[in-house]
Amino acid sequence: MPAGLLGIEELRRSEIESILARAKDFQPLQSQSLKKLDTLRGKMIVNLFYEASTRTRTSFEIAAKRMGADAVSITAAASSVSKGESLVDTLNTLAAMRPDAIVMRHAASGAPHFLSRYLPTPIINAGDGMHEHPTQALLDARTILDRRDRLEGLRVAIIGDIAHSRVARSNVHLLAKFGAEIVLCGPASLLPQELTQLASGVHLTTDITEAIRDADVIMMLRVQLERQHEAAFPASEYFQFYGLRLEHLDLAKPDCIVMHPGPINRGRELSSEVADFQRSVILNQVENGIAVRMAVLERVIG
Amino acid sequence: MALLIKNGRVIDPASGTDRVSDVLIEEGRIAGVAPDLSPAGAEIFDASGMIVAPGFIDMHVHLREPGFEHAETIESGSRAAAAGGFTSICSMPNTKPVNDSATVTSYIVETARRRAAVNVFPIGAITKGSAGEELAAIGAMKAAGAVAISDDGRPVMNSRVMRRAMEFARSYGVPVIDHCEDLNLSAGGDMHEGSLSVRWGLRGIPSASEDIMVARDLVLAELTGAPFHVAHISTQNAMAMVAFARQKGLPVTCEATPHHFSLTDAHMPAYDSNYKMKPPLRGGCDRSAVVEGIAAGTVTAIATDHAPHAGSEKMQEFERCPFGIIGLETALALSLEELVLPGKITLNRMVELFTTGPESVLHLGRGTLSPGSPADVTIFATDFDWTYDVNQSLSRSRNSPFDGRHFRGGPVATVVNGGIVWQRS
Repeated sequence: MPAGLLGIEELRRSEIESILARAKDFQPLQSQSLKKLDTLRGKMIVNLFYEASTRTRTSFEIAAKRMGADAVSITAAASSVSKGESLVDTLNTLAAMRPDAIVMRHAASGAPHFLSRYLPTPIINAGDGMHEHPTQALLDARTILDRRDRLEGLRVAIIGDIAHSRVARSNVHLLAKFGAEIVLCGPASLLPQELTQLASGVHLTTDITEAIRDADVIMMLRVQLERQHEAAFPASEYFQFYGLRLEHLDLAKPDCIVMHPGPINRGRELSSEVADFQRSVILNQVENGIAVRMAVLERVIG
Repeated sequence: MALLIKNGRVIDPASGTDRVSDVLIEEGRIAGVAPDLSPAGAEIFDASGMIVAPGFIDMHVHLREPGFEHAETIESGSRAAAAGGFTSICSMPNTKPVNDSATVTSYIVETARRRAAVNVFPIGAITKGSAGEELAAIGAMKAAGAVAISDDGRPVMNSRVMRRAMEFARSYGVPVIDHCEDLNLSAGGDMHEGSLSVRWGLRGIPSASEDIMVARDLVLAELTGAPFHVAHISTQNAMAMVAFARQKGLPVTCEATPHHFSLTDAHMPAYDSNYKMKPPLRGGCDRSAVVEGIAAGTVTAIATDHAPHAGSEKMQEFERCPFGIIGLETALALSLEELVLPGKITLNRMVELFTTGPESVLHLGRGTLSPGSPADVTIFATDFDWTYDVNQSLSRSRNSPFDGRHFRGGPVATVVNGGIVWQRS
């Protein structure tokens, strides 16, 4: 199996550290007038997105270009999916064009893992169903580490639709490897008890105030209605019980930061005031996304 | 032409036989079981060191014909059965069209008569199109050769319809077999609901979806008095409920599959569709409960739920792959390895689970070596090593989680109606 990046779970702590350190090297570049390197000149990256995505796809595309690579983006609607071609056949066709890596997002958990068994090309997972979104967890870690010395001992609250969230799973794996304390919070129907077995140091609560108390980091998740087969909670009262409001932040550590993988829904999972709050780092996450993905591309095909 | 199977250890639970003996077959029937038989002109099969048992019956097989011949046919499936030591198999009705009429039942019986290597007994649908609404022509299917009714794979959700089905089944004397699954609870699920489904981001099929349906069906079985059989039992609670119903004296039986007594969800490599079936591989407690249920006698039969799917169907995103694995060729070896070798059950008990057990549910007039019976014989051994290579399978499909597994012991030869239809090469 070619070495791509399928998930955080199988990465060693040292590998994560080296990606995060390399991403730090790339951070200053983002604000320079000349932003392009030639590290990956002549390399070709295919972004294959079977699910709607603006930020992740754009971020990977920009990251590839800033590394000097060529990037082609394909969305499912424009591909042969609609012609009934199987996933394996589509990927084999793309692989025959000899890209150096395929960045892939797919609505089915495990789709990139399944493909990596048959494909000669390294796959970078840009989100698979409800499973993992490794570059999101890496850019989240980079963003936290821009404001804290270490992840160890931090209390991180992840709040929202945990059951359907690949962002939550990747973050749990990453944070647990560094010894953070993780509190997962959401409506009971979106918070299976088995989540405590994902990694060590994971606690569950359905009470948002308990989750936020003394938190160093609050990660809000989008409510993923598209992944729910039925209404697992009454949508009308979601914000009342699980929406983050400014007054909640008094419970957290004074320097607590607020994160969100985007796209945000003001008034659904967080209030508009929280989104614009000075310690909200949502746009820093977006910015770090490029540096982290540059580091990942370099690691996979450099 | 006579066939003499010499010097094997003959295990025939129906007559309580377990001794080294010869088995003489004449004109397709068992002519005698005794030591040192020497009839003139008989073909001789030397079974020294082997076990000679009544032909094994697999009461839960998907032969895919008519309608899905790319995955299996009555001919190919029956050859795989023979290679697994089975002499009789029951074909589930979820074909295309569904076997919900005497016409389809007759088609299967006729095709099997011309093409099958082993005896094929169709199971008819409970409802038309297995849609769960209107009862199928149960009496007519029985008259055409159906030996049981089941909406396997698409369980009857409407309790009123199930009640009526059981009432008819009782009057016609055919058992009702249910794939017990509350479809609302299991909707969208792809594997057992537990820590691994949560870890892998796959939707779960909770054990409760099976437990609830088993409970409902047992209540209806008591209400109607119908002979009721739980297909592929897989949970601890379901096993306890079946044991309770049997203690109460209800005409209730159940079967267990080799994969449910051999594997748990923890054996499954992430997103490997050769481990995807319904009911799913469950947790460790459930697997233990299945093994204990077999040992305690709660389980009446081992059945494979052989469910072939073409390679392209299984080579997709996990959630898109159909449910089911093939199992005819590995069932006997897995039973030896997982049940007999560890001392969970005796060899005699294992033979029961493949012969008198399913016979007691289906009344096929088989499953014994008593003189005059149809000469179906399974000859197997426990002392040779072999490796299952799914690419050599006689099934048209390759979806087995046991590919590459090393086994000790397995079928050696299969005799159907007096003729050797398969022999280990």
